[in-house]
Amino acid sequence: MGNLRSSRLVTVVAFALSAWRSRRGNLPLPRLLTVAVLLYAVIQLLSRTGILNGYFMIIINRSLVFVILAVSLNLINGIAGQFSLGHMGFAAVGAYVSGSITTLIFMYTSEQVASIGGNIVFVIAIIVGGLAAAVVGFLIGFPSLRLKGDYLAIVTLGFGEIIRTILNNISVVGGPRGLLGIPKFSNFTNIFVFTFLTIVALRNLVQSSYGRALLSIRENEMAAELAGVNTTRGKVMGFAIGAFFAGVAGGLLAHLLQIAHPTQYGFYASALVLIMVYAGGMGSLTGSIIAAFFLTFLTEALRVGIDQLRDRVGIPVGTEWTMVIYALLLILVMLFRTDGLMGMREAKLLVIDERKK
Amino acid sequence: MLSVKNLKVSYGCIEAIKDVSFEVPSGKIVTLIGANGAGKTTTLRAVSGLEKTTGGTVFFQGKEITNMEAHRLVPLGISHVPEGRRIFPTLTARENLELAGWTIKDKKQVARRMEEVFFFFPRIKERASQLGGTLSGGEQQMLAVGRAMVTGGSLLLLDEPSMGLAPVLVEEIFEKIVEINRKGTTVLLVEQNAAEALDIADFAYVLEVGYTTISGPAKQIAADPRVREAYLGV
Repeated sequence: MGNLRSSRLVTVVAFALSAWRSRRGNLPLPRLLTVAVLLYAVIQLLSRTGILNGYFMIIINRSLVFVILAVSLNLINGIAGQFSLGHMGFAAVGAYVSGSITTLIFMYTSEQVASIGGNIVFVIAIIVGGLAAAVVGFLIGFPSLRLKGDYLAIVTLGFGEIIRTILNNISVVGGPRGLLGIPKFSNFTNIFVFTFLTIVALRNLVQSSYGRALLSIRENEMAAELAGVNTTRGKVMGFAIGAFFAGVAGGLLAHLLQIAHPTQYGFYASALVLIMVYAGGMGSLTGSIIAAFFLTFLTEALRVGIDQLRDRVGIPVGTEWTMVIYALLLILVMLFRTDGLMGMREAKLLVIDERKK
Repeated sequence: MLSVKNLKVSYGCIEAIKDVSFEVPSGKIVTLIGANGAGKTTTLRAVSGLEKTTGGTVFFQGKEITNMEAHRLVPLGISHVPEGRRIFPTLTARENLELAGWTIKDKKQVARRMEEVFFFFPRIKERASQLGGTLSGGEQQMLAVGRAMVTGGSLLLLDEPSMGLAPVLVEEIFEKIVEINRKGTTVLLVEQNAAEALDIADFAYVLEVGYTTISGPAKQIAADPRVREAYLGV
């Protein structure tokens, strides 16, 4: 029942959006929307009939969360050309803030979720988590975005670790045990909707004149400034917007896994998102989406594969070997497809038609 | 139109500009000439807000603009073609021009100015959908000037437009600068190619290790024996 109701919700939201868009004219949102709705229906159907079991649905949900993380990091690293290594730090902020709202303030339990279904508090908690991450992104970005390249990378790397350490030491949110007992609000439907909205929002942003301005900062900061682009503001805003969506993703993940743990948001996770962006192609949302799915599934396959190697074949390997595979993958991408899978290109579906051209 | 008085700029503890003063009257071409390291580029960068000054004042159309950020000076009417062209390499020539009109609200005006650029530099029109980074040096310089035309300031700062160009192209670029000036844009030109610069300029200033040393009408400067010996090689 809950699923039926939520899928109706998707349709309503989708049509409202498309109506709004088509009134503005030139955007082929309906096409993208149709594909999204179809994709949603197919996966939902496969899940209901049991062809995709719960295990697969978890991986799909995780993939969708990583799509949000990858496209939002792509805005910072790929479009605006800044080098952030601490993306998961923002996700941690979102996860803990939204988790605290539902778990500590409203004290929801998973049993309640089962009986009440969707909940407006959950949506608000996710958004607030995203906003908190955006504020943190703004505070980090404002002083540090005058740094360039390696220096910015070090600051963001440090930031990610600082967030992790702070979380480790706040006992209200569980300290090193993590925030436990988060109600399982996230499901395929709402994760799908959030992912879809993120993609549409970032697509519209990137292909707007504001996105162009961000791109010009990456291309040549001085020339951008001389064209009248306020480069400092552009970078800080890009950073904060990227952080917002990372926070949303963190919130969704926490309500999916029902736990927010400091170690989930360490450097390894940030590096994984970074690999998705580079493997998919800097500046290509399409590439990030594909890479997020591919790498999430690969992680799972590697985990299973490595377990098999250890238990059946007897080779003493652990899951940390996945990082070795990722490193190799990244090296291969850099050697043979320097621009990543998609380069700067976008799938037609994600391109806003320009009337004149 | 532009009035710079006792300008000082430092990079760390090195004072690159020690005392530079000059005037750019409306509608004229003024050139700053000097050897490498004399502070020509730094002076331009300080005027357009890319470099913070440590002393002195800059007035533009009667308004003090000392230390204003570059992006805020663009809508006031200062367009700067930086040294080394700095075009956006992975954007097409057309997109480069479009971005130059970023501060202009009226997009029809941007389109109109782009047409002007295409008329002015037919070469850029041919290359409109080519990526900026794949253009030749001369085409990139034309594109950089074209961008400034779209930005459309009343004062055009040009930093070494002849750098790295074949002599034929140098000639062409200078002709275009004169043409832009005739259409009503004031030009402040920084050049190492002193002979060409003095040829088209109305007034000239000679910069030496951070000071303005000689100044006057360009013809007079070109005839000055000190300048002839040091910069014109005669």
